Amino acid sequence: MFLNLLPLLLLMLALISVVLFLIPNETLIRYMGKGSGIEGWAIAALLGSVALIPGFIAYPLCGILIKSGVAYTTIAVFITTLTMVGIVTLPLEAKFFGWKTSIIRNTLSFIAALLIGFIMMLFL
Amino acid sequence: MKKIKEYIFPIVFLIFIGFSFLLNFAVGKQVGMNFWMFFKEMILFLPLMFILIGLFDVWVPREKIERHIGNESGWKGTGLVILLASLQAGPLYGAFPFAYILWKKGCSIKNIFIYLGAFATIKIPMITFEIGFLGLKFSLLRTLITLPVFIFIGYIMEWYLKDKKFEMKQP
Repeated sequence: MFLNLLPLLLLMLALISVVLFLIPNETLIRYMGKGSGIEGWAIAALLGSVALIPGFIAYPLCGILIKSGVAYTTIAVFITTLTMVGIVTLPLEAKFFGWKTSIIRNTLSFIAALLIGFIMMLFL
Repeated sequence: MKKIKEYIFPIVFLIFIGFSFLLNFAVGKQVGMNFWMFFKEMILFLPLMFILIGLFDVWVPREKIERHIGNESGWKGTGLVILLASLQAGPLYGAFPFAYILWKKGCSIKNIFIYLGAFATIKIPMITFEIGFLGLKFSLLRTLITLPVFIFIGYIMEWYLKDKKFEMKQP
């Protein structure tokens, strides 16, 4: 199973390396920091869906984002989409679940991320 | 031959990275460093995941999975998959093969998607990290809010898929 997946995995990692190069930390701070509220959320959710950052790098990054003035709720939306929604990993997910199911799962997770941000706002 | 064809893009990519380092091409070097970071993560977690899957496949009988996290398992089954997921580590794509083995052994649809949700958002090794960088209050609140949300997603997926002959494939 691993060897069958390896070409796709390598391709996916290559693609995500390019994506991460195109959106460096400074860009993240600039876009998420400014548009607090709906705009910031939308950007956080989209970036989180496209990006695929390992947790041990994502959390320090979120720490920096908080210090730069990004709202906690925006971070919650970002983390949730980052971990639950994977546009780049979609072809891999489809190999196991089929395209339709994968797209539905990702869409639901995307909506869930916004919902989580919203509920969080009520508490913070 | 088909095998080699599949590797063309990764090979072209690696040649590009190699030349970037030779010619000191900054863009290529940065992309290469990113790639190395992801590659390290993959090579660290994925073989472990596949060993776990292999052992699971051999040691855990289908009857046990069906009884504990299958269709009739109820809340206890959901609790079990969440616990299972939260003790694991690595990126979400590492969980797909494990989800496959769970499905093969008779895990319910609902619990498969709850497993994926839990794996993505509440892994215990990662939560310690989250607390360190974002604080206890934020981490606790996010976890407590996220938990019911993806359990709900599990129910939606099951409701949607149950009459559709859902099946997972082994790539």
